[in-house]
Amino acid sequence: MTFLQLHGVEKQFGEVRTIKGIDLSIARGQFTVFVGPSGCGKSTLLRLIAGLETLSAGSIALDGRDITRLPSAQRDLAMVFQSYALYPHMTVAENMSFSLRLAKADPAVIKKKVDRAAEILNLGPYLQRLPREMSGGQRQRVAIGRAIVREPKIFLFDEPLSNLDAALRGQTRVEIAKLHRELGATTIYVTHDQVEAMTLADQVVVLRDGAIEQVGSPLTLYDSPANRFVAQFIGTPQMNVVERAELPPASVAVEGAAFVGIRPEDLRLTAAGQGQIAAQVELVEALGAETLVYLHTPRGAQIVLRQNARSTLVAGDTVGIDVELGHLHWFDQGGRLIAAAH
Amino acid sequence: MDFTSPGGQRIALAIRTAAAWLVALLLFFPILFMVVTSFKTELQAIAVPSIWIFTPTLDNYAHVQERSDYLLYAENSFITSVVSTIVGLLIAAPAAYSMAFFPGKRTKGILMWMLSTKMMPAVGALVPVYVLAQSAHLLDTRFVLIVVFMLSNLPLMVWMLYSHFKDIPPEILEAARMDGATLAAEFRHVILPLAMGGIASTGLLCLVLAWNEAFWSLNLTAANAGTLAALIASYSSPEGLFWSKLSAASVLAVAPIVVFGWFSQKQLVQGLTFGAVK
Repeated sequence: MTFLQLHGVEKQFGEVRTIKGIDLSIARGQFTVFVGPSGCGKSTLLRLIAGLETLSAGSIALDGRDITRLPSAQRDLAMVFQSYALYPHMTVAENMSFSLRLAKADPAVIKKKVDRAAEILNLGPYLQRLPREMSGGQRQRVAIGRAIVREPKIFLFDEPLSNLDAALRGQTRVEIAKLHRELGATTIYVTHDQVEAMTLADQVVVLRDGAIEQVGSPLTLYDSPANRFVAQFIGTPQMNVVERAELPPASVAVEGAAFVGIRPEDLRLTAAGQGQIAAQVELVEALGAETLVYLHTPRGAQIVLRQNARSTLVAGDTVGIDVELGHLHWFDQGGRLIAAAH
Repeated sequence: MDFTSPGGQRIALAIRTAAAWLVALLLFFPILFMVVTSFKTELQAIAVPSIWIFTPTLDNYAHVQERSDYLLYAENSFITSVVSTIVGLLIAAPAAYSMAFFPGKRTKGILMWMLSTKMMPAVGALVPVYVLAQSAHLLDTRFVLIVVFMLSNLPLMVWMLYSHFKDIPPEILEAARMDGATLAAEFRHVILPLAMGGIASTGLLCLVLAWNEAFWSLNLTAANAGTLAALIASYSSPEGLFWSKLSAASVLAVAPIVVFGWFSQKQLVQGLTFGAVK
């Protein structure tokens, strides 16, 4: 059942149309991730839902109620900011209890809720500390705690991990996923990192230039991207998209196809002179569990190949590439998917 | 000379220290001279070269209190400066808030325009203000001084509060809004505690400016609502200049604000740097 419904949502800053008519529905308990390159409007869309920006057109309904013109304070949403945005003059406990104190909740209830959030987030020993006395990761947990204590209708996360270092980012990502499973709360999460999108989301919304490119589960987006943009945005290393002429004519069966997309794992290295494509090795990245081989073809196409076996290849070696013809994505001149072989 | 060797560094430090003392003495000397003169007799006061060793007398202070009601003037100064500062802050804070957190296309222009009013000499507005005050029967009232002090300090207050509010990350206010804070709650629980230093220093500075204001109090008030500035001026009268009595009156006029400034100098300096150094 639809919990949050966006209908024709538009946002214009002066002359610039930042959000161009978004229709989206989010079900109760679902974890939705807005993902896209910087400047795609994903944060603006989140702020429109939060009520921190006003809509230029369209409407937003939450739980059957129109909240389009409602101020943030009355929307019953909680937000975790990229900069944490903790109140610097309040202790951790005060930060987490601020909303409940504003709502004049019973002090005993407040204490119970704060203690429970602190327990979930391992913040127990820090409740009396000020934010400046804590590390970035701890501050981020306080910001999440502040949202948990609220028990809001929806949790909004605005790039919550981008200020953390790589190790902490991975760890916190797992914690957020666990938290979502435990609390079952409806969540909207904004990130530019497609790995976060893939690992956290029930539903991924890929945005570009203020418009939705595709909505779907992570694996749907991976296996059946609607266009070249989504195909290349989801997955690391990104999908190889080459001109159809790179493949031998026999394998090209699709009418109107201009480009063909091949995931790096759907390519196999073979001896020179074999396979559908001849290529020269440019670079080999040995990551341990997997090896990435960067190649270029005589026609100039750049191709990356992923294999689980280690490689003895060096730059300059000539190889053949065997293409898994069952896993091709065909795009027209404009980048729209016209056919996919599975 | 080599100022980088240890010996040279000591010399450089000595020169800097001496220069600092020299400037400080230069600035402080008129005040010192005034205080010293206030304890002299009139004859000692006009002696050239000035006398530095004499038997101090309190006669001048007695005279000042006898001739004019010091306490009335002090009360006028106190009420006009305090009330104008408080009212000014109440008006400036919302203005600074909206400009700091909801800037529009013309915010910068409005700020510059407000500041530009401080560039006009006060005397340029004397006639209209005087006529207005006269036709409203407000001449020689504290009310008119409060209004004029408040209006003339308002641009400065808005500017200072604006720059202090600007230091608060807007996300913190957004977080408060998400937490259910109304505008009033946001102001009380977030902005006020975070900008307290800035608000205090703004208030202190405007208090001092209003206390020291002479032009408007001389022109708009007389015996009833005159401030200490008017009291001092009354000693340069047709009877001629009475240096020691004038000094005694001046000491009495500046003493409260100097003591006050001494205890709040840290806040004042913070305010004068306009929140730039943090």
